[in-house]
Amino acid sequence: MSALQVELVAADRKVWAGEASMVSARSIDGDLGIMPGHTPVLAVLVEGEVGIHHGGSTEKVTIDGGFLSVDDDLVVIVADRVDASALSTPAGN
Amino acid sequence: MGAQQREYRQRSRSVQSTKKITRAMELIAASRVVKARQRVAETTPYARAITRAASAVATHADVDHPLTTKREQPKRAGVLVITSDRGLAGAYAANVLKRSEQLRELVEDSGMEFVPYLTGRKAESYYNFRSRPYEDSWSGFSDSPTFDVAQEISERLIGEFTKGSDEGGVDEIHVVYTRFVNMVTQEVQVTRLLPLEVVEDAAPRTPENGFPLYEFEPDAAEVLDALLPRYITSRIWNALLQSAASELAARQRAMKSATDNAEELIKTYTRLANQARQAEITQEISEIVGGASALADAKK
Repeated sequence: MSALQVELVAADRKVWAGEASMVSARSIDGDLGIMPGHTPVLAVLVEGEVGIHHGGSTEKVTIDGGFLSVDDDLVVIVADRVDASALSTPAGN
Repeated sequence: MGAQQREYRQRSRSVQSTKKITRAMELIAASRVVKARQRVAETTPYARAITRAASAVATHADVDHPLTTKREQPKRAGVLVITSDRGLAGAYAANVLKRSEQLRELVEDSGMEFVPYLTGRKAESYYNFRSRPYEDSWSGFSDSPTFDVAQEISERLIGEFTKGSDEGGVDEIHVVYTRFVNMVTQEVQVTRLLPLEVVEDAAPRTPENGFPLYEFEPDAAEVLDALLPRYITSRIWNALLQSAASELAARQRAMKSATDNAEELIKTYTRLANQARQAEITQEISEIVGGASALADAKK
């Protein structure tokens, strides 16, 4: 199984980028889980937590709304403001 | 010391202290411009992600959105003029204002009303001095704008645009800002912000079908609803940051030439003072020689 390439982007910087096995986020319709091989999606996210699961650990950040696009295992999460205080690895790995 | 000589020395000292100030401002601007350029670069991922998503929706779903629809007969054109808060940056603010005046003529020639929105104290004082009305203004952040300000401006402008001219809003929105090309070149740019034309990504990812078939959640219209205001905000944010970098670069250049001028003046005054001193000495010598020879003549 291939991995997801994830980019988490805030208005003023790139917060996190790297590989992940699963991404979860809260969209308008409810919680959304993305795994490799997902069909292309553009979803509107609401305020809440975004989880990026990679190699057994999980990065959790809080965003204030934004959107998420999935396309060919490339996941881009865009938010205006990201609270990255809980990140365990620094930006850009 | 002679009066002439003292005067030259005084002037030279005054220019020296001016030089210290301009030198300090030059160095401050030089160090800040690096930071400002970095901030422009850091917003690129956000702008790129939004642009890609917006063009994906636009090319994909046949949705008409109020923000992308051109009005039939536009009556009022809003213009956001981005200038600096402080002067001492050469022609930076003047160039932007000059360009906005050209745009004003253009807008009024086409029979529309010009509705200015200003950022930066320089623009405010320009309008206040001429007792011209302006719709709204923001200031106090020109060399380090925050995202909150960009959001505030974009909310206001989008609000005015959706109201439309019949209810006191506007039908078009343009931005006049200074694009940072490099340290020596900054260009004043005029771009139309609304109604929006989503520019497609320069490099299509999959050549055969352009963009992949997206699923929209909840649906294309609502995704566009969330996306387009963000797109506008990111454009304004980028314009503010580019203008900030340009302002600092312009200030650095202006202060550099001020420092160079001060050095030139100091050199001139030092030479003049030396000349005055030399003239004084020569005069004293000829007075002494004259006096001595007068005495020698008297003895004979």
